Amino acid sequence: MPGKVLIVIPCYNEEASLPDVLCELQQTTLPGGYQMEVLVVNDCSKDNTSAVAKKSQAAVINLPVNLGIGGAVQTGILYARDNGFDIAIQLDGDGQHPPKELAKLVAFHLETGANVVIGSRFLEKKGFQSSFARRMGIRYFHWVNRLMTGLQIYDSTSGFRLFDRAAIEIAAVNYPDEYPEPESLVVFSKAGLNIAEVAVLMSPRLGGTSSIRHFGSLYYCIKVSLAMLFSFIRKP
Amino acid sequence: MAKIQIITIAANVLFVFYISRLIIKGRLREEYAIVWVICTAVLMLFSFWRNGLEVMARITGVYEAPNLVFTGFIFAILIYLLHLSVVASKLHNDNKKLAQEISLLKERFEKHLNNNKKPL
Repeated sequence: MPGKVLIVIPCYNEEASLPDVLCELQQTTLPGGYQMEVLVVNDCSKDNTSAVAKKSQAAVINLPVNLGIGGAVQTGILYARDNGFDIAIQLDGDGQHPPKELAKLVAFHLETGANVVIGSRFLEKKGFQSSFARRMGIRYFHWVNRLMTGLQIYDSTSGFRLFDRAAIEIAAVNYPDEYPEPESLVVFSKAGLNIAEVAVLMSPRLGGTSSIRHFGSLYYCIKVSLAMLFSFIRKP
Repeated sequence: MAKIQIITIAANVLFVFYISRLIIKGRLREEYAIVWVICTAVLMLFSFWRNGLEVMARITGVYEAPNLVFTGFIFAILIYLLHLSVVASKLHNDNKKLAQEISLLKERFEKHLNNNKKPL
């Protein structure tokens, strides 16, 4: 029996880039005969993200208050859990994650059975590589993660991720609100899940701005490091 | 009784009265009021017992009695601020869960409405 895959697109003010992403998704097919459904989680955007999303075939969830990327993704995960999806894949609405790369995540999951598959920019060093400062930050989190989980994850801040049923069950209950990517890896690894990385090509964003800028970067590093430490200490 | 004692006792009584009013009107939950009631009780105690502060300072080995007041109160305020942060964190989590539940329900409800419209 073919399984069901939910593509979760967390959005905050993405009206410029979202139509292209949704259009590309409609032309995408997944390996393994998986059926694909698309869910846009509109995190209380100030622009027309919701209207733009409703024009497509995608299901749309409008959050009544802004929860941040983690809260939005978790809403999608809850939807996946409640509607019996076998796999949920997070794909950003800003066009950084090309939908044609989805097949790589699913194929890798089918091949290795990993519970969480991360689409990584750095395994093959192709495509959009982000700025120097960001790569330094990402390298720092690589080491923190390695220290805490023993895993070799090179792109631990990547939001291009596949969650299988086991990961969905865990993330539905325990998923950080703010800057969730590196921290959630600690949570998943403590729960005994298999985490793996697969090389994907990413693009520069089509529209909108990054949520991490200027002094935010320092706050980001400190906050995420602390959160990772406490997730590491906390009993699962 | 010294003038300052009468002033502090009067202020205390007013404060207790105000807290009671807030609780009665439902604007302050009892669990948060406990701290304020204890604070007024302590203030009241030292308003009546003028030498109390000197005695307490001597017992704890503090040279200047007013320093004991500052230390004690700053510590109490810090603890209470921490408590408020805990309350805010809990509210934040509850709020997140509610927002998620509402948006999921709304999506399901709208889908249901649209499906029921089609046969008509």
